Amino acid sequence: MKAIGFTGFGLLLLGGLVGVAWADDPTPLSNKAAVELVQAHANYVWTLVAAVLVFFMQAGFAMVETGFTRAKNAINIMMKNLMDFSLGSLAFWAVGFGLMFGVSSTGWFGTSGFFLSDYTPDGDPWVLAFWMFQVVFAATAATIVSGAMAERTKFVGYLTYSVVISAFIYPIFGSWAWGGLLNGGGWLENLGFIDFAGSTVVHSVGGWAALAGAIVLGPRIGKYGKDGAIKPIMGHSMTLAALGVFILWMGWFGFNPGSTTVADKSIALIFVTTNLSACTGAVAALFTSWLKFGKPEIGMTLNGALAGLVAITAGCANVSPGSAILIGAVAGVLVVLSVLFFERIRVDDPVGAVSVHGVNGAWGTLAAGLFNAGGTSMALVGVQLLGIAACFIWAFPMAFGMFKLVDKIVGLRVSPEEELEGLDVTEHGGVAYPDFGLSSHGGIMPAGGGAKENRPHPVGATMALKQE
Amino acid sequence: MRKIEAIIKPFQLDEVKDALNLLGVTGMTISEVKGFGRQRGHKEVYRGAEYQVDFVPKIKIDLIVSREMVDQVVGAIAGKANTHKVGDGKIFVIPLENAVRIRTGESGRDAI
Repeated sequence: MKAIGFTGFGLLLLGGLVGVAWADDPTPLSNKAAVELVQAHANYVWTLVAAVLVFFMQAGFAMVETGFTRAKNAINIMMKNLMDFSLGSLAFWAVGFGLMFGVSSTGWFGTSGFFLSDYTPDGDPWVLAFWMFQVVFAATAATIVSGAMAERTKFVGYLTYSVVISAFIYPIFGSWAWGGLLNGGGWLENLGFIDFAGSTVVHSVGGWAALAGAIVLGPRIGKYGKDGAIKPIMGHSMTLAALGVFILWMGWFGFNPGSTTVADKSIALIFVTTNLSACTGAVAALFTSWLKFGKPEIGMTLNGALAGLVAITAGCANVSPGSAILIGAVAGVLVVLSVLFFERIRVDDPVGAVSVHGVNGAWGTLAAGLFNAGGTSMALVGVQLLGIAACFIWAFPMAFGMFKLVDKIVGLRVSPEEELEGLDVTEHGGVAYPDFGLSSHGGIMPAGGGAKENRPHPVGATMALKQE
Repeated sequence: MRKIEAIIKPFQLDEVKDALNLLGVTGMTISEVKGFGRQRGHKEVYRGAEYQVDFVPKIKIDLIVSREMVDQVVGAIAGKANTHKVGDGKIFVIPLENAVRIRTGESGRDAI
């Protein structure tokens, strides 16, 4: 009797357990939702990790820019980089993001989502992750300009510019090419324009604004001799410059693959194309400068790596690794020739921002069409060229006009005395390296020093160009 | 008393300093300077722009010695700083009016 009891109890228990287990088996429907949820979580993690990498590119830009400029302006460079990110982010939060990704009935600009109004505490937080990713891209475009305008720009003028580019110039063009990534839809993307991570949207916008700034400012004192000779003004730290390039390279692994905003296998190809293009950019610039100047030169080689990175940014997801190598190689040669070109036409660009970002942003966008893995066509190349042109036609005059306006209202360029003494002391009341006792000769006596250089100069581009 | 100013290649400083210490000089001051004599500079290139660097880094040694030691000291410096290449530098001997030790107020030969 007891045996039956035990066995019976055991069977009952077993049956009960099996019954319970049976009732909790996941249904196919809840399984799918769960898997989708995991994927969504992965997307968030990947996008935000990538955003951190892109954020850290701000440090890269800061190091490159200060390495290639003089010690007496190091604080100023740090302040500009710190503030174009800080102010720019706020401007993008308030206005830019809405213009870029808001609902767009015209296809030319967005009209919703200002002040991150799309976010509600009980709503989908994806808009926050997306905003975070996009704001660091906007900041990248903004900070490109500080390099070309280094060593002679009034801080107030630069702050003003940071707000305008982040709130207006960058997002408007961005809405044409990327608006559809959220709530908008741009006329350019609707034509099939390919710019996966922003060779044009980010780098060319920044590059052409940089060109406008450098032109309105005029060259630094001592850059050009009376006979037209180009005098180099040496950067104070090639080590910081190299560090900056490595940081930017690393950050680009968030910039390009992160632009999927989805955690899937496609990021692997993007990592590879990004890296290969950077490498061949450096190698090509190395050989080009070696051939032209007789020695492998660090400034050009560093710029070559960056040029390769900029050039692959548009096509990183739709070209083969082999194509990436070609794209980077062309970029490396192009950046060297471009730097020499702009120097010759009296556009003083201390770090090569216009050549790295503007020119190679355009090349990269074209390359994305030429090397499209799915096949190229006249139509596709045509759309790419249209986008390149549209960007220049928008960004350059807008930035030029804005810089001219700033110049009229608060003045864009510092006085010659301030420029010669150094912006750290005159604009910020400080010295970047108080313990080092650095002189402001910069290694070459004539550039920026010398009593005979100290005649009073009128401020502004036309006057500066006239006296050379 | 004499002041000896020697401009030498930076790389030679340690050897010169050791030789001077062996001679028993009572101190010296060095400064980092740039200069050229008949040695001209050289061409460098920065981001595609060629430029001439005329001023070459040198070390300047200032030391004060008694009249009797001048020849030895000049000989020691000239011997150790000589690399038989252009740019080795120069030595100047200058008469000195007075010297004062700040801590004790001694002057003249007692100050050296």
